[in-house]
Amino acid sequence: MDKRKIRNRLAKDNALLWAVCILATLTAVPLFAILGEVFLRGYDQLSWTFFTEPTPTAYKAMVAIEAGNSIPGGIANGIIGTMIMLGMAVVVAVPIGILCGAFLAENPKNRFAQMVSYLTDLLQGTPSVIIGIVVYIWVVVPMKGYSAIAGSVALVIMMLPLIIRSTEETLKILPASLKEAGLALGGNRARVMLKVQLPAAFGGIFTGVLLAISRVIGETAPLMFTALGCSFIRFTIDKPISAVPLLIWEFFNDPNLQELIWGASLFLLLFVLTLNLTAKYLAKKWNQ
Amino acid sequence: MESVTPPILEFNKTCVSYTKQTMAVKYVSAAIDKNTITAIMGPSGCGKSTLLRAVNLMHNLYPNIRVDGEILLNGENILSMEPIDVRRRVGMVFQRPAPFPTMSIYDNVLSGYVLNGIRLSKTEKDETVERCLKSVALWDEVNDVLNKKGTFLSGGQQQRLCIARALAMKPDVLLMDEPTSALDPIATAHIEELMQELQNEVTILIVTHNMGQAMRISSKSMFMYLGELVEYGDTATMFSNPSDERTKAYLTGKMG
Ligand SMILES: Nc1ncnc2c1ncn2[C@@H]1O[C@H](COP(=O)(O)OP(=O)(O)O)[C@@H](O)[C@H]1O
Ligand SMILES: [Mg+2]
Repeated sequence: MDKRKIRNRLAKDNALLWAVCILATLTAVPLFAILGEVFLRGYDQLSWTFFTEPTPTAYKAMVAIEAGNSIPGGIANGIIGTMIMLGMAVVVAVPIGILCGAFLAENPKNRFAQMVSYLTDLLQGTPSVIIGIVVYIWVVVPMKGYSAIAGSVALVIMMLPLIIRSTEETLKILPASLKEAGLALGGNRARVMLKVQLPAAFGGIFTGVLLAISRVIGETAPLMFTALGCSFIRFTIDKPISAVPLLIWEFFNDPNLQELIWGASLFLLLFVLTLNLTAKYLAKKWNQ
Repeated sequence: MESVTPPILEFNKTCVSYTKQTMAVKYVSAAIDKNTITAIMGPSGCGKSTLLRAVNLMHNLYPNIRVDGEILLNGENILSMEPIDVRRRVGMVFQRPAPFPTMSIYDNVLSGYVLNGIRLSKTEKDETVERCLKSVALWDEVNDVLNKKGTFLSGGQQQRLCIARALAMKPDVLLMDEPTSALDPIATAHIEELMQELQNEVTILIVTHNMGQAMRISSKSMFMYLGELVEYGDTATMFSNPSDERTKAYLTGKMG
């Protein structure tokens, strides 16, 4: 009697385990399908010149295709544009985000902080295309032109909520004893935050910044309204500039350049994967 | 009239409440003499930590906590002083050793200066680190690893580092909340010995669960029960001849 019950239960357990395994595999399938597709189509385009040359003109590409050669040129203009805009965005978003996060963590009951916290959630949920159009009105129109500056403003707005939240969460899980020990030595709150709490939270904050970067590096829509794109390599920040996701969209729209889609996609995918894995690794290491 | 040195620290009807309904510390009055060690004893939850944390205004960090009455430091009521000024003069050592995890041993000792925005020259820094680590008998053990993180040390060493960190600010009063309860007997003995030596520099208020420890190191003892200061007097007298029934029950182990 009892034995049968136990056997029954074990069978149920087993069935459940199988179901979970199958479902897990099912969710992994699309991921690996995407990785495989992009890798297989893109890897033979990756060469040294792919990273050092700008996008070819449609005409040059057409000539090469007619002659049976592979398309010349690469995505250097996009890579450099992405790096410039990301660099500027990080320099602005990291300090502001950390400051906001620290403020939220320290003053959970403050009315203003609660409002900021609410706005942060709202911002995180705002579709990126809307952020793009708003930055267009705010920056592109007054500056009378598309620019790297406008692009990085859009990236800053998208990165902020992630940095704010990761800073806030990391600070909140630090033991209270750390802050108390700092204050007990006579430090004021700002110095204790700067010298004790933020250094102790560095791991979590750094991970948050990496994830924020990987979240916005592939954003296309907001850059269409702000950075626009550019077919040659340039380092100016007040002129239209290219970005890797913008290039993918351009390649898709130009029948002569379509082959380049896969190389650019593979590059972007590998970049994001590396950032994510690094963030995961660091988070694990710092939490030990 | 004979001249008596005034007490360095004086509680005057000090009350602390975490909630509106209940008081965790009730009308405590006691005067503490300079350069003495005073032990605070009592069953768990009787308000020892709460009383101690009132002295360096730790309760100010939490807006719901109320502190009433007076606490006089050299005759001045600290409850109306700036917390930062009070905390510079009143150091604290916590139950769990908590060196700052991102700082080296060297920087931990100097952290009080950094946190107060006081700049020291390199030689002043070196001198301070050496003096403070020597005064907690840690210098010989760590002088060749000063750049290592403080968290690499053993628990007892970490606690001594925390004491050094507090002493570096030259406080008048040192508050210690069960500083040895997380340590093994050897480390505990080290720290007890240390406190005896520190008596010349600083007035120590120590919460302890360990009656033997109170007996060994303190000259005066307080016994608290349910937030009240039941008895306060010479340690030897209190242990041999407690005047209150509750103290007697606690000392003879009839109470938690
Ligand atoms: N942060 C707090 N919020 C509310 N009540 C508290 C808090 N800390 C301590 N108490 C209460 O105050 C009383 C005294 O606590 P405490 O001073 O920590 O006791 P002891 O250090 O003697 O063990 C206890 O009843 C405890 O539950
Ligand atoms: Mg306690």
